[in-house]
Amino acid sequence: MKLTLKIWRQKNAKAKGTFVTYQMDNVSPEMAFLEMLDALNKKLVEQDIDPVAFDHDCREGICGSCGMYINGHPHGPVPAITTCHLSMRFFKDGDTVWIEPWRAKPFPVIKDLIVDRTAFDKIQVAGGYISINAGAAPDANANLIPKKNSDAAFDSAICIGCGACVAACKNASAMLFVSAKISQFALLPQGQIEAKDRVRAMVKAMDEAGFGNCSNTGACEAECPKEIKLQNIARLNREFYKAF
Amino acid sequence: MEKLNSKIPEGPLAQKWTKFKSSVKLVNPANKKKLEIIVIGTGLSGAGAASSLGELGYSVKNFCYQDSPRRAHSVAAQGGINAAKNYQSDGDSTYRLFYDMIKGGDFRAREANVYRAAEVSTQVIDHYTALGVPFARDYGGTLDTRSFGGVQVSRTFYAKGQTGQQCLLGAYSSLNRQIKKGNVKMYPRREMLDLVIIDGKARGIITRNLITGEIERHGAHAVVLATGGYGTIYYLSTLAVNSNASAAWKAHKKGALFANPSFIQIHPTCVPQLNEFQSKLTLMSESLRNDGRVWVPKSKGDSRPPNIIPSEERDYFLERRYPAFGNLVPRDVASRAAKERCDAGFGVSETGLAVYLDFTDAIKKQGKKAIENKYGNLFDMYVTITGIDPYTEPMRIYPAGHYTMGGLWVDYELMTTIPGLYSIGESNFSDHGANRLGASSLMQAAGDGYFILPNTISNYLADEIKIPPVSTDRPEFVETEKAAVERINKFLAIKGKQTASSFHKRLGKIMWDYCGMVRNEEGLKKALTLINDLKAEFWNDLNIPGPDSEVNQELEKAGRVADYFELAELLVTDALNRKESCGAHFREEYQTPEGEAQRNDEKYAYVAAWEYAGEGQPHILHKEELNFVEVEMKVRSYK
Repeated sequence: MKLTLKIWRQKNAKAKGTFVTYQMDNVSPEMAFLEMLDALNKKLVEQDIDPVAFDHDCREGICGSCGMYINGHPHGPVPAITTCHLSMRFFKDGDTVWIEPWRAKPFPVIKDLIVDRTAFDKIQVAGGYISINAGAAPDANANLIPKKNSDAAFDSAICIGCGACVAACKNASAMLFVSAKISQFALLPQGQIEAKDRVRAMVKAMDEAGFGNCSNTGACEAECPKEIKLQNIARLNREFYKAF
Repeated sequence: MEKLNSKIPEGPLAQKWTKFKSSVKLVNPANKKKLEIIVIGTGLSGAGAASSLGELGYSVKNFCYQDSPRRAHSVAAQGGINAAKNYQSDGDSTYRLFYDMIKGGDFRAREANVYRAAEVSTQVIDHYTALGVPFARDYGGTLDTRSFGGVQVSRTFYAKGQTGQQCLLGAYSSLNRQIKKGNVKMYPRREMLDLVIIDGKARGIITRNLITGEIERHGAHAVVLATGGYGTIYYLSTLAVNSNASAAWKAHKKGALFANPSFIQIHPTCVPQLNEFQSKLTLMSESLRNDGRVWVPKSKGDSRPPNIIPSEERDYFLERRYPAFGNLVPRDVASRAAKERCDAGFGVSETGLAVYLDFTDAIKKQGKKAIENKYGNLFDMYVTITGIDPYTEPMRIYPAGHYTMGGLWVDYELMTTIPGLYSIGESNFSDHGANRLGASSLMQAAGDGYFILPNTISNYLADEIKIPPVSTDRPEFVETEKAAVERINKFLAIKGKQTASSFHKRLGKIMWDYCGMVRNEEGLKKALTLINDLKAEFWNDLNIPGPDSEVNQELEKAGRVADYFELAELLVTDALNRKESCGAHFREEYQTPEGEAQRNDEKYAYVAAWEYAGEGQPHILHKEELNFVEVEMKVRSYK
């Protein structure tokens, strides 16, 4: 099929960006979206034109590197998948595809579709851990944890830190991201000891990085490739109030 | 070079590690802060080592090429992590895990290292659980386990099909704690360009900042490589597309011997290639073989949809050939068996390069819900990629390049042949012999990082306490940096027509065709010529648009591919040298009448450790003889 791509090109953080139009012929429906961009880049490099820069790595939906706004949706129009898993079979001949980077103040553009997500790491550094040194742990079966709680903790723990929730939110809120980690530990006995310090520190780091407050819209949940639930934000709020 | 000294401690196998730990030289707490350690990589081994060393009080600098340490490729491991906990009381023990690994590795691994890996495995599970890793649990609240290939016990801990992600995020959290404490400084988006050696010792690295293009110097008292494997040498593999061998290869060219490079595991259950633009092959966890049955039609070219082929017309070839282990034979055995059926014309799908992995019986017996609980995310991933629903139609799978058992040669202390340079996790060669058993990669990486390296590195650092912080103004840093910059300029000056990826793809095809699942002398020799020709073409016709002073992903790729050309030659050389079949290394000339691998213990019971002898010079082979004291070398049988 033939596609018209409108891709955000921005030389660096300081430069002004703009949409550039590219025509793609011979796009196979079996390609993944990033493979379609690989094919475009191959063409550009062969013409000695600077290829489109984008973050990507595992290409199996788990590392969280990739992420771009495709036709107005983070990771594209298909729910519950990352950009690398988006198949071209969801597009049709003649489509125009708009491709943009995440747009949020705490995620400045580095180049083209690459943004700086170190603000996420700063939040995790602030408190996203359980303090125990290697070698100090008791036997793994010493603490029995109800399967229900453990499974729920897992459902929160699968966040891949891609930033789609922030990009989707009109307030650029990171509440879903922060609440996923807070919830994981709130549901486990190991996480109780530092619970209050953790939630205070992580929320503080989140505010300092410039993320907005939750808008209660639910766009984050709708766009999350891992289907992290809004319930986590409720749990974050509860943990936060408990901490004062 | 003097004879390789693996520094294996004296005494009975089961007491070596305890004895080592109680007699190893230590560094007192006040001195640790003054000692700087560089760790490259933030996977299970790298993040584990960086955080453990930070906890001990050393000053650690941790590097990764990704934008965040949370993205290292350990994140993609699916099925599980082994530990000899014997929570199931099914006869497991440290010894049995050790024995399974030695046998699974086809008697080409070092006994003492393997035993130690099995020994620390239980600590790894305790530690991850304490860090809040949500492993699967039973209704009574205890941890659940499942079975993996090549073993007859249930010792694999798991978190659905995302065990690697959960363990990695655990490791990332322990790393973050040390970053907050100031014991670890994190340098993301950095690529190691070279290793700096001063007076014969590893003293630092040269990196490129992947955002600004800046070339940076970093000094330290010791350098730890935790840079993973080189499976992407096949271009299409289960690895992250940016995974590469460059750090290890640079260290090799500076004097670190490279061991058993041709030992590469081909994983049997991957989504087959769908189109010519494909950039990677996605793994479907080995754990699926607990419940999935592998088959092809009994008659050639049977193109009926799988569900209407009656069971008597199906060939469950793993169950037929290996009744004792059935679908859970080790990976090398399963891969070759699938290739054998496809080569004989029984393969399915349009390409004929696929076999079925069928869950119909398991769903009938256990219910869809139970299967969804165990493998839900894998099934989702499969339908996302292929559009086929594995709950109603068998998966199509085919082998793909996956894990490299080979790597930098290390001694018992995980030190390479360069003093002060360590290699941990997949980047070293030590624990898996000629074939790795499923779920022992996370186990080894975490064990190396959290529990082994932090205990062995003090043996070296204890003698370094009088060395002041390494100055990066030293001429060795200046020269190494100059060479790295010259290499970048050389790439940029070629100004040809082709992309680095297109060369990588062609190199991958050569390696897959002639040095993949099956090898022979004629093919390997042909590969050497083809690699050389392609390498010459690369240095003549590569194109990299844009400067080196900003984000330049083409430049990053070019450096990695250039190194792969050199590693590919060594890999083929190693495969040529080893005139036997063992584990994943299958030479057609050396097989039993039944088509199984035929080892030659008399001549090849050694680790082939290769020394770099300079540009255009043949590598020099050093042999570390493998002495099996605890186990008897036997023909590996899963029948």
